[in-house]
Amino acid sequence: MARRARVLIRPKPGILDPQGEAVERALPNLGFAGVTNVRVGRLVELEIEDPGQLEEICRRLLANPLVEEYELQLLDGNG
Amino acid sequence: MRFGVVRFPGSCDEHDTARALAQFGEVRLLWHTDRNLEGLDGVVLPGGFSYGDYLRPGAIARFAPVMEAVADAANQGMPVLGICNGFQVLCEAGLLPGALLINVSRRFQCAEVELVVENRNLPFTKACRARITLAAKHQSGRYYLPPERLAELERQRRVVFRYASGEAFNGSVGGVAAVANERGNVVGMMPHPEHSLGLGGRSADGLLIFRSLVSALEGKGGNG
Amino acid sequence: MATAERQRADLAQALALGLSEEEYRRICALHGREPNLLELGVYSLLWSEHCAYKHSRRLLALLPTEGPNLVAGVGENAGVVDLGGGVFCAFKVESHNHPTAVEPFEGAATGVGGILRDIVAVGAKPIAVLDLLRFGGTDSSRTRHLLDGTVQGIAHYGNSVGVPTVGGELYFHPGYEQNCLVNVLAVGLIEERPAGTSAARGVGNYLYLLGARTGRDGIGGASILASAALGEDEESKRPSVQVSDPFEGNKLIDCLAELQSKGLLVAMQDLGAAGLSSACAEMAAKGGVGLSIELDRVPLREQLAPFEIMLSESQERFAAIVEPQNAAAVEAICSRHEVSAARLGEVIEEPFLVIRHCGEAVGELPVSALVDGAPRYRLKVTPRQVPPPEGELPSGSAERLLLQLLSWPNIASRAPVFGQYDWLVQGRTVVGPASGDAALLALPDGRGLAVTLDGPGAIAAEDPRGGALATVLEAAANLACRGARPLGLTNNLNFGDPDDPAVAWELAESVRGLAEGCRALGIPVVGGNVSLYNASPAGGIPPTPVVGMVGLAQRARPLAPGFAKEGLTVALFGPFAPTLRGSELEAVVGRRLPGRLQLPALPRAREAVEAVAQLVGEGRCLAHDISRGGLLVALALCACRGGVGATLSFDGLAELAGGLAEGEEGWWTVAFGEGPVGFVVWAQRAELEALSCFGPLWELGSTGGEALVVEGEKIPGWLRFAVSIEDLRRAYAALHSLIS
Repeated sequence: MARRARVLIRPKPGILDPQGEAVERALPNLGFAGVTNVRVGRLVELEIEDPGQLEEICRRLLANPLVEEYELQLLDGNG
Repeated sequence: MRFGVVRFPGSCDEHDTARALAQFGEVRLLWHTDRNLEGLDGVVLPGGFSYGDYLRPGAIARFAPVMEAVADAANQGMPVLGICNGFQVLCEAGLLPGALLINVSRRFQCAEVELVVENRNLPFTKACRARITLAAKHQSGRYYLPPERLAELERQRRVVFRYASGEAFNGSVGGVAAVANERGNVVGMMPHPEHSLGLGGRSADGLLIFRSLVSALEGKGGNG
Repeated sequence: MATAERQRADLAQALALGLSEEEYRRICALHGREPNLLELGVYSLLWSEHCAYKHSRRLLALLPTEGPNLVAGVGENAGVVDLGGGVFCAFKVESHNHPTAVEPFEGAATGVGGILRDIVAVGAKPIAVLDLLRFGGTDSSRTRHLLDGTVQGIAHYGNSVGVPTVGGELYFHPGYEQNCLVNVLAVGLIEERPAGTSAARGVGNYLYLLGARTGRDGIGGASILASAALGEDEESKRPSVQVSDPFEGNKLIDCLAELQSKGLLVAMQDLGAAGLSSACAEMAAKGGVGLSIELDRVPLREQLAPFEIMLSESQERFAAIVEPQNAAAVEAICSRHEVSAARLGEVIEEPFLVIRHCGEAVGELPVSALVDGAPRYRLKVTPRQVPPPEGELPSGSAERLLLQLLSWPNIASRAPVFGQYDWLVQGRTVVGPASGDAALLALPDGRGLAVTLDGPGAIAAEDPRGGALATVLEAAANLACRGARPLGLTNNLNFGDPDDPAVAWELAESVRGLAEGCRALGIPVVGGNVSLYNASPAGGIPPTPVVGMVGLAQRARPLAPGFAKEGLTVALFGPFAPTLRGSELEAVVGRRLPGRLQLPALPRAREAVEAVAQLVGEGRCLAHDISRGGLLVALALCACRGGVGATLSFDGLAELAGGLAEGEEGWWTVAFGEGPVGFVVWAQRAELEALSCFGPLWELGSTGGEALVVEGEKIPGWLRFAVSIEDLRRAYAALHSLIS
């Protein structure tokens, strides 16, 4: 039975994130104040037979451990 | 002298690279599924957008079958040059340290850039002057390595080229434009020597890179 | 869903699909009965303005389409000219205006993808792209948003697919605020392999669909977006925008190149506007045959109803006709390139598209009705008088106005834009986007291919015919600055609502102007595109006939941009008769300036252009076509680009000034007026004397020093100045702050 999983990948703290900065700069122009620390990452969703493989998949392909950290979410049922 | 140029789905600069190398020897275009590098004296991973740069530039190409053969050959001392996307693939594959992130500008940048040649003792740099000018064209060329590891790299003289303008070009730490492995036979560089052959009256310094490689191989006796 | 689609469609549904009542009745007559919903959907797209050219077909017949080197012309996917030596050049321009206004990144990206596929469809390898972009004023945040997204979209596609973007135009004017323009010209080479054809033939041959899976992109995009002026609610149009995948496009281009070179394809056609339905209709019509199509064999991204599969505009797809004995080889090559190949059906004798889904007949469409049945409307035109030539002169110093013009968005350096394009890939770029004028690409045998893409200035709104003609002349002049002679022209006609008689007049006049220019220069029109309904409740765009031109130079010479050496003689050359009216100075000053467009006698224009092409081609002089901003701006650009100044006397221009207008107006016009066929030329003096046999030549001075100096006894005080190159360059860098 395939399980649905969600992987959130984001730049490690301390890594310059120009995309996050661009978003942060754009918000006041649209009238939103008080927003800081914007970080832009990636979302990967998948269905997997053996969730035990997820860590390795994240480490070897989905994230680059040198510059990114990831968060794994195993979704219950149909998410 | 025989060179291999690897093509991944989405590579763009393989033909220009092959044409540049053809001035110095025979060139074989390798498909990403080839596992046989027999008879080759050197391998180049060219620029482009392998697998569309999907997930991360080079993240998928590093798992191509040909990369196992490239890794073996590199470990045995074969000169391996990664240009732009090729550099990204070598970093993802762990054959070189570091990662290439999106330019600080977030935009693609295409320009001729002046480079300081930090190490002129490598197979790829022996014919270079202290400063050369090469074309650079990329969107994800910002080199990153954690500070302690970068300091170690500098100490080991493994930074090969540095942008003369430093971090100003694309935000690379220390203005790093190219690095080498410990042995010095694997180099990854963001600028494109194959687009600096003197066309249109522009810089011809790309020839220095290829000439360096050829004389280094000739010095070693080469493969044929 | 299939049952509902197979029901007879009625007038109300026809109107909802964008057809008129008369068109619906005409369809019923041609179809032989009332069409069902799927069939009506196909008609609505194939009879849309974008696909059927209902309002422009009659006018386009005025354009000269014959030429000695022309191999394929109007009606093909792209024009093809013979370059000699076994090499052919394919080129065409197309627009993607409405999709870009809605979603700039994807609209521009898919525009590039689409025109590249047209080049591939005639069997050419794409070697360059040029883009012409027009937006509203730079003070508008909408303009900045569109500019940003558009440039990134073009960069994203062109760079990823490995085709250099080597030139184009960027132009800002309030008239384009609501309706931006994105016109993309693609150029390709055919060598060592036969040109591709799109004519299906051979009853029993297989119909294949190659490339990306089909999804909901752009369902109804052609008819809904391109044929209707943009209303207030753009958000609702968003699902109709196609999404690009240049990675897939790259694989597809490489795969098709291999299939073509091995002679495995009988015919091929890219899927553009109206997707599978138009590709199949075109292929069948060209071959005088029909096609059977099994829609359930189309690889899908998601569940789609039969009519959605027929009308989807998912990108990166090609149709191909393959002989049965070659099917296995074709599938093997596609598999190696990781390109999907699905056999959808076959060529049949009856000239119909016979469409089935899971064994059920869902549509049967007569091919000729689809491709030729749409009405060709006669335009109702209301001519407009050219406004009187009176106006108040500007005041101030030439120096101040020159610096203002250099920093003006329509003139300032475009480096922040073209720096985002890979203009080096493929290793052919001899002269790229930094040099202005035309791009120059190296052909394998050392000859040069020059390419330019140009649009008219503001004068076209006043004088559409003259403006169009001037644009043709300017394009040829740009090619001449690379030592190249024109081989052919492709045009993109961008206009407002053709049902407005004033716009219809602009369209008709522009086509006449293009025709006149082409005939005068002896250039055939090889094809192009028409984009109408570029209008909003606030009004339509100014008339914008865009000209793409390709030319051949005997050598691909590296030409130093601008004044790069000291001690060369600088001169003005050509039957230059500029006007302040419609100039960039007029836009800067903000009120109407005196003058009207004056065109040179066409034989003299041709002679001058050919002389420049000859001399530059032989390496005897360098030239820069005077365009936006006029003579002083042109001189300043030469100084900025080359890094060397010049000391010039305008005394020799006194007669020219007097001939253009009396007194002060004459001098203003010489300095800042715009008009076709004026060149700044610089070379050894003896070479320039040779030029004087072919047109008026006024020697101005020589290159040298670090400043641009204009002096003279006979010139008014405001015209005298000396500006350092440093100051000129600072002004010229103004766009960097706009694009950050």
